[in-house]
Amino acid sequence: MYEKYIAIIDYNAGNIKSVSNALLKIGALVKVTNSPKVIRNASAIILPGVGAFGNAINNLEILNLSGVIKREIKRKPFLGICLGLQLLFEYSNEKESSEGLCILKGYVDKIPEGVKIPHIGWNQVNIIKNDSRLFDDIENNANFYFVHSYHVNCEDKSIISSVTDYGVNLTSSIEKDNIFAIQFHPEKSSSKGITMLENFWNYVKEEG
Amino acid sequence: MITKRIIPCLDVNKGRVVKGVGFINLRDAGDPVELAAYYDGEGADEIVFLDITASHERRKTVIELASKAAEKVFIPYTIGGGINRVDDIREILKKGADKVSVNTSAVENPNLVEESANLFGSQCVVVAIDAKKVSDSKWEVYIHGGRTPTGNDAVKWAKQVENLGAGEILLTSMDKDGTKDGYDLELTHAITSAVNIPVIASGGAGKLEHLRDAIKLAGADAVLVASIFHYGEFTVRQAKEYLKKEGINIRI
Repeated sequence: MYEKYIAIIDYNAGNIKSVSNALLKIGALVKVTNSPKVIRNASAIILPGVGAFGNAINNLEILNLSGVIKREIKRKPFLGICLGLQLLFEYSNEKESSEGLCILKGYVDKIPEGVKIPHIGWNQVNIIKNDSRLFDDIENNANFYFVHSYHVNCEDKSIISSVTDYGVNLTSSIEKDNIFAIQFHPEKSSSKGITMLENFWNYVKEEG
Repeated sequence: MITKRIIPCLDVNKGRVVKGVGFINLRDAGDPVELAAYYDGEGADEIVFLDITASHERRKTVIELASKAAEKVFIPYTIGGGINRVDDIREILKKGADKVSVNTSAVENPNLVEESANLFGSQCVVVAIDAKKVSDSKWEVYIHGGRTPTGNDAVKWAKQVENLGAGEILLTSMDKDGTKDGYDLELTHAITSAVNIPVIASGGAGKLEHLRDAIKLAGADAVLVASIFHYGEFTVRQAKEYLKKEGINIRI
């Protein structure tokens, strides 16, 4: 028997430390890695990330990680956080348009004008997919911590699991089979965020 | 909609909390990280650590603090205190801090604000402004922990740092700081109406009504609170419940 672990992908895109610390706190086994082999052998993947979309994609390419993510996401639990959500889509309009990982249909666009950008702070998450495992034991409209200037436009609206009202409606999480991805930061969202990471780890232990 | 924030502030000297906290049963109430984790559990929305270590060691102590906090604090936290190099800002953010606060170094080298905002994003650059009243509706910016007047007008400086790319302003009234008389509402309002970035009001909190007034009357997006929490006069939770009852959008 080998032990289950989550590979947290380290591609020089920020907040890795906080994510791994939050998972260690709940007793999850994690490996922070940029090795395709460690990712292949993992039971689950977390793709974190803060910063620019184009840079992130370039880093994934340089480190030879795009291919392994695209293959492994088909067969194991996956959690994308912030930029890790946005990268799953086809392209982003951030600066010059860049192509994403094209795992989900849709694109990433600037938050519409008329509200303060970036969207920073605690905001309510309205759960629309009631049976979502990620939101187990988390009440509707709980507050989570957001920091972002871009948001996702999902083509298949049925995969949206929660939305957030920031004067404009934002997709705050998606869920499709084994793929979970969220715009806010569970690792900075106090006990509710920790519960969410625990839900993911429990899912990994059962399924991964 | 986005909530208003309550932010406990911890002054740290050589890795220890200044004015240790006696009222709570912590293993080590002088440990800034233990105390911050306690406030996280109490419902604080963010934490600000201000390192006041007066020596060449400070560079090391702020980076260590950033790193240790990341292990136990699961809300956003800001680190400030004598930070004056882009490389140090990078290091502090990499260790897990969400924001870095600059004060004297921003006045002496405004380019630091611009460069860090470009490199790391405006959301992690907080400019702290210490302001003192000089005449009716005029406040002057002070640096070096309030010892040195700069001749800069606080409202103009606030607009300037916004243009340089600051993501937030931490505004301390030197006249009110330590008085427990309430925040300087006139100063806070002058700044919140001059800029479009969030403003954290600081200095003077003595009662929960003061927190409400800074938010409702002066337009603050967040309130910085130190002694009334540290000395156990009110808990973070009491403050939040009070503000919620007053109709303010608060995370409970």
